[in-house]
Amino acid sequence: MKRKILIVDDEPNIVMSLEYAFKKQNFEVFIARDGSEVFEILKGEIPDAIILDVMMPNVDGYQTIKKIKETLNLTATKVVFLSAKNKASDIEKGLKLGADKYLTKPFSVKKIVSEILELLN
Amino acid sequence: MNNFALITIIIIYLAVLFFIAFFAEKKKQSKWVNNPYVYTLSLAVYCSAWTYYGSIGIAANSGINFLPIYLGPVIAAPLWIIVLRKVIRISKQHKISSIADFISLRYGNNRFLGALVTVICLFGTLPYISLQLKAVSETFEIMSDNTSYVSTTVIDDSTFYVALLLAIFAAFFGTQNTDASEKHKGIIASVAFESILKLVFFLIIGIYVTFYLFDGTTDIYNKISITENFKELTTLKGVEDGFNWFFMIALSFMAIFLLPRQFQVSVLENNREKHLKKAIWLFPLYLLLFNLFVVFIAWAGKITFLDTKNAEYYTLLLPLENGNSFLATLVFLGGFSAVISMVIVSTLALSTMVSNNLIIPYGFLDKFIRNQPDRNSKYIKNIRRISVFTIIIIAYFFYVSFSKELSLYSIGLISFVIISQLAPSFFIGLYWNRGSSKAAIIGMILGFCIAVYTLVLPFTLQAYTGTDHFTQFGFLGIAALKPYALFGINFLSPPAHAFFWSITFNVLSYLIFSLASKGNYRERNYAEMYVDSTNFTKLQDSALVWKGEAYVADIKNVLIRFLGEKRATRALTIFFTKYRLSQNTQLADARLINFSEKLLTGSIGSASAKILISSVVKEEQISLVEVLKILEESKENIVNNKVLLEKSNELTQLSSKLKGANSKLISKDKQKDEFLDTVAHELKTPITGIRAATELLLDEDDDMPKEIKTQFLKNILQDSDRLGRLINNILDFEKLETGRIDLNLKLNNLQKTIKKVLTSISQLAAKKGVKLINKNPRELFLVFDEDKIHQVLTNLLSNALKFCPTEKGEIIIDYRLVNEEVEVVIEDNGKGILEEDFSYIFDKFYQSKNQNTIKPEGSGFGLAITKQIVEKHNGKIWAEKDQKSGAKFVFTIPFN
Repeated sequence: MKRKILIVDDEPNIVMSLEYAFKKQNFEVFIARDGSEVFEILKGEIPDAIILDVMMPNVDGYQTIKKIKETLNLTATKVVFLSAKNKASDIEKGLKLGADKYLTKPFSVKKIVSEILELLN
Repeated sequence: MNNFALITIIIIYLAVLFFIAFFAEKKKQSKWVNNPYVYTLSLAVYCSAWTYYGSIGIAANSGINFLPIYLGPVIAAPLWIIVLRKVIRISKQHKISSIADFISLRYGNNRFLGALVTVICLFGTLPYISLQLKAVSETFEIMSDNTSYVSTTVIDDSTFYVALLLAIFAAFFGTQNTDASEKHKGIIASVAFESILKLVFFLIIGIYVTFYLFDGTTDIYNKISITENFKELTTLKGVEDGFNWFFMIALSFMAIFLLPRQFQVSVLENNREKHLKKAIWLFPLYLLLFNLFVVFIAWAGKITFLDTKNAEYYTLLLPLENGNSFLATLVFLGGFSAVISMVIVSTLALSTMVSNNLIIPYGFLDKFIRNQPDRNSKYIKNIRRISVFTIIIIAYFFYVSFSKELSLYSIGLISFVIISQLAPSFFIGLYWNRGSSKAAIIGMILGFCIAVYTLVLPFTLQAYTGTDHFTQFGFLGIAALKPYALFGINFLSPPAHAFFWSITFNVLSYLIFSLASKGNYRERNYAEMYVDSTNFTKLQDSALVWKGEAYVADIKNVLIRFLGEKRATRALTIFFTKYRLSQNTQLADARLINFSEKLLTGSIGSASAKILISSVVKEEQISLVEVLKILEESKENIVNNKVLLEKSNELTQLSSKLKGANSKLISKDKQKDEFLDTVAHELKTPITGIRAATELLLDEDDDMPKEIKTQFLKNILQDSDRLGRLINNILDFEKLETGRIDLNLKLNNLQKTIKKVLTSISQLAAKKGVKLINKNPRELFLVFDEDKIHQVLTNLLSNALKFCPTEKGEIIIDYRLVNEEVEVVIEDNGKGILEEDFSYIFDKFYQSKNQNTIKPEGSGFGLAITKQIVEKHNGKIWAEKDQKSGAKFVFTIPFN
């Protein structure tokens, strides 16, 4: 069965690169442009991993993960932050909210893919 | 009406009063008891039976001469704010419990002076109380049907029992506390109630007589004006009458301050100073209402009965004559109310004086020192209770043996003249610090003797011997010593004459002896406290200068004797805490001496308090000069403290300003941090896009489809542009914000600039189906930097375009001249501006949540830069609130 990944980011150019890379790895890719769209998708799908940006309009990444952890029982889903915010306090906050990894922008696409694969295996 | 019914009514009425007093004592804090109306009504204790019955007698016999007695208080009322407020403040501060205490404390706690004032008050008030009893007795007789019955012994005289009942009432509610400076709320509430009753009933009978028995005021006037000597009674007779009026007014002016019962209600029972404000107009109004019908009732009585023998009781006789005994009963009850309130308040005031200024300081102090504390308190209460009974009983016998022959009015005036002897030491002492105790004593005794000689003696002799030999020929037949015409002044009425001579001698000797002899230091100390009361209130306990050796333990022992162990300890604890002294302080200072004297004053009077405290301390004599110096220093200290306080306030303000500045700096730093953070984030975003796309394109193992390859390359291009734009914006903004940019100011055509901008965005607009409308086609030349204003317009128009709906969008650009500036308006029919966005839209990096594109083209700098440019042109920019739909931005460019 195809593995599923949800990419959450408001920058279409960045999403496009990640989408291409994960499709190459035979993932089924879902895309959300902010937190609120995430929950629309999660109603019908249970992804194996979620890549989450922090700075987004309306519902940001922190709020999104908080809501996921509080309302949905997605124990198997790995959540990875991918953000330009790279201060120690930001990272700590992200991990505290229950993220499995916190990766920073700019990033290497290959590295992101391998990190995700490692998490899922 | 038979005696039995009348007595029943009296007892029921007394029971009602008892209940009111009892209720008020229980609900001491209730606003029903503590309000300016109750205070004003309690002042109306001034209107005794004299007012209620006597005025009409005077009006019938000597015309409008009853009026001066009310004009004095009316004139005095506005002055209360100044004089009475001062007296109230001083009394509260020193826990004063009577006018005797007030005067004796002013002259250095002088024991003899306190006793003298008490004696004068007794002389002045006892006849007055007996006058009230006389009124009760006579009205009782008029009301009861067996007029033939005349009491022969005390035992079957109903007046005696009424007097006893009043004594019980006064004793019960007057001695609830050992501390006489405590308020007597029960008595005051009942007095207020009585004041309402007496006024209402008096007005009822006035209306009844004037409009029911007669045909209104004109009817009475027409009927009376044809009687003989009518004109005489309604006009002043030359200069002599003018003098009489003047002295009577002066007399009543003083009486309203000095009568023991007035001092009791206006000063001692005052709850809040602000109640005075209402009283100064309400009380004169009360007096006015009371005097409204006096003349008409008097005339009506005269017309009806044809003689003025019983003129004082016209109010009772008129309804009885017309068979209306119900109304007569009401009038009787009104008069009875006037009597009760006067008798009770007077005996309360007198009994406090007698116990605190006469009995205790002259004989009971030794006993108190030996006694147990709880017994002392009982003792003091009992002394007061016995005083109450004694005073009323003496007044009763005075009435039995003297005043049956005299009119209410004349006894009243005798009282006033005697009480007025307190005026010089009271009023002058309040404003002149040189007034000394010796002078006060001499003045009072002299004035009192003259008053007795010129007023009381002739009255008594005439009543006893039945001849007017003394009045006719004077003492030892010397014409200059004729009691009613001393030194040949024969044109005044006896009371005015007595008042004139007694008060003249009193004032003169007070002034002369004050100037001739310096008071001792203690006297001068209190004189300063009284005269300069506002400053000394601030000094509090330090206002007393005292030097010597005293031990806290000794003083505490004295306090315990009168206050009991618990209260004494608590008071000392409060004292030590207030002045931040150790609770184990051994040596007492001036403040503790003053504090303890004050504590005792309420219970045993100021003179006794001083004697008691000085019995356990060793006081050193201080010279007057030293006292004045110390007082001056303390006052300076207060002034200095005030200056210090102001300085410290200034410092506090300054430091809070500094704090504000500091936090501003901190927030500036924080803003700068945030700015850098955001810049970094904004820059990273396109770089991330470029990096990711480039990485994918470089992967040689991947056979990427051509169209995707192209898309990635396009993305890289887009991101690069964005990066460039962002960097330019940041630099622009920084330059504008720090003011390191020069505008290229030239005369330009605004119309031309607008058209240029419209052309540059027309393609984008057309693509989105948005209509651009240039509303004002006129040309307008003014000075601005074309490039910058082009940028402003571009920013605003592309913002509008961004928020406009596809296909139905419409953007209007317009400008007009308003007050030497051009107002440019850009309006769209998009989503409008969110309420929450208004305060932030011009902030850098602020991007509304209300955008419909996924990621805005803008950098978040647009409006911030726009604002900077407009302000650089000395213009303003704002977004209009309350738009029904769409957003409306306005900016201005001034002409110069």
